[in-house]
Amino acid sequence: MFYRDAGALKTSYAQDAALFPLAFDRRAMIALVLVAGVVVPLVASDYWLGSILLPFLILSLAAIGLNIVTGYAGQLSLGSAAFMAVGAYAALNLVARVPALPFPLSLALAGLIAGLVSALFGLLSLRIRGFYVAVATLAAQFFIEWLCTHVPWLLLDNHSGVVSTPTLGWLGFEVASIPARYVTALIIVAGLAVLAMNLVRSELGRAWMAVRDHETAAELTGVDTVRAKLSAFAVSGFYCGVAGALWSFLYIGTIEIEAFSLHRSFQILFMIIIGGLGSVMGSFLGAAFIVLLPVAITNGAAVFGSAIKPDVIANLELMIFGALIVGFLILEPHGLARLVSHAKARLRRWPLRY
Amino acid sequence: MSDFSFFLEVVVGGLLSGVMYTLVALGFVLIFKASGVFNFAQGAMVLFAALTFVGFTEYGLPYWAAFLVTLVVMMALAVGIERAVLRPLLGQDAMILFMATIGLSIFLEGLAQLIWGTGVRGLDLGIPDDPIEWGGILVSQFDLSTAVMAAVLVAVLSVFFSTTRIGRALRAVADDTQAAQVAGVPLGFIWAVVWGVAGFIALVAGLVWGARLGVQFALTLVALKALPVMILGGFNSIAGAIVAGLVIGVSEKLAEVYLGPFVGGGIENWFPYALAVAVLLWRPTGLFGAARIARV
Repeated sequence: MFYRDAGALKTSYAQDAALFPLAFDRRAMIALVLVAGVVVPLVASDYWLGSILLPFLILSLAAIGLNIVTGYAGQLSLGSAAFMAVGAYAALNLVARVPALPFPLSLALAGLIAGLVSALFGLLSLRIRGFYVAVATLAAQFFIEWLCTHVPWLLLDNHSGVVSTPTLGWLGFEVASIPARYVTALIIVAGLAVLAMNLVRSELGRAWMAVRDHETAAELTGVDTVRAKLSAFAVSGFYCGVAGALWSFLYIGTIEIEAFSLHRSFQILFMIIIGGLGSVMGSFLGAAFIVLLPVAITNGAAVFGSAIKPDVIANLELMIFGALIVGFLILEPHGLARLVSHAKARLRRWPLRY
Repeated sequence: MSDFSFFLEVVVGGLLSGVMYTLVALGFVLIFKASGVFNFAQGAMVLFAALTFVGFTEYGLPYWAAFLVTLVVMMALAVGIERAVLRPLLGQDAMILFMATIGLSIFLEGLAQLIWGTGVRGLDLGIPDDPIEWGGILVSQFDLSTAVMAAVLVAVLSVFFSTTRIGRALRAVADDTQAAQVAGVPLGFIWAVVWGVAGFIALVAGLVWGARLGVQFALTLVALKALPVMILGGFNSIAGAIVAGLVIGVSEKLAEVYLGPFVGGGIENWFPYALAVAVLLWRPTGLFGAARIARV
């Protein structure tokens, strides 16, 4: 009744190209961002803000990054955590060695460096395809991990392997308290998410999807596949790099390579499988799912008291994750995002069934 | 000791550890050949097999009985995987199948440790791990036995593939799935057999690696060691897996000994990958892989 295309007449090109053509969607999105940015920091506890919402936002950003190269451009990457590491280490060096830079610029530069490194490994995808690309990104993962532990300069000549991150500050405003970190992350993630949504429906985004759907056919129809693949890797690296920097500076407060292991790469891959391959909104849904599921399992197990041992819970968690991955791929390969769009289509017809 | 005999010792050590990689890679190649699935869960299957074997021996079963029981479990697992994962995903994109096997591998890791516990268990196969001197160089007796075991395994497999009815059907499926299906080869059965054989290879690999590293979660990581072997050898060549396993083993050891000191060591994690990727740039389908033909 309230969710209708009818009457939403477009009278200008700008309206036609709007990200959310329906007024209801637009208002809902604005309301969501306002609630997330204003109401939530006021009412949520530090536990929810700092331990659930903050990692959720940052991992969503990384998931968007992986979704760009894997979901949109079809190049399976198992090295997203490594590009997060590049972003984190680059940001540390920029913040510590060039204190004059305002931190948003440092983060952006760190993202650019990560994008460059990612494009460098993306060069391999020009020659090799399919699984081979996945293995090449695995090579990136191991090589960057090794580099980060064997070149002390990257860690400000610190030999312990762990460095505490300096507090970010700009214009006299310190990003120290948990609400401040949360709001900073929210602004950056929301901005980059809007950028990503526009990017994937631009000419570049269409080229990515053409390469994903059929590379040879894309090439024959005049799509510049070299540019498409390299740009997908670069943009993906940028998003992952910024996410990595935020992860270190705002969430864990240290720079260490353990935070960016292969395990993290898989975690991000699971997010986009469950959330939806080739969907920015799905990246958020998947990240929320993966962040919340362990919390839900732990709380669910707590109902049984101490009857269930922690290692049993850990193994059950692995099994549930694995079964969910397989289940989603079988039942709904487009993930939660597709379920949401089904629900929306249903809402449009409501109260009629067809 | 002269430089040359040290070099030889490193090479032989590398060859023998390459055999261990080959053992794991064989399971990958087999499944890829027959069903076009890049089975990331092979590492989890190695863990699962080793844990099951050790678990049954702890119940007091002799080794041969535990081996047989584990084999039956792995076969049942293979049939289950075929039913629950592969069949519903029939005809899907290879990348989707690959991601499904990543999910499968996590599931198996959880299941194996849920049943048998998370602790590290020792596994003594009764093969001494003392080095023996052989033509002036030291060779690990254990590694030598492993190499013999791997050779026997490959011989048994090639006899199985070339002489039995199931083996021929299997090769037919590997050559052309659709044609084989038209000729009446029961695809589901063949896949179950392939996964069963891969489970058998996983069991052998699990025993060897388990005896070396202890039966523990880290066994799943041997799958990551096998990936460069696969890309170097090509995904669908058993001979390629063998040669590439040896090449990777030797070059990894040589690089660690002669290159490692200059860059701070610890390069064995990524060096095989770098080598494999370098070869890929020169030959995009690996040393022995079949050429890829794209159809529009």
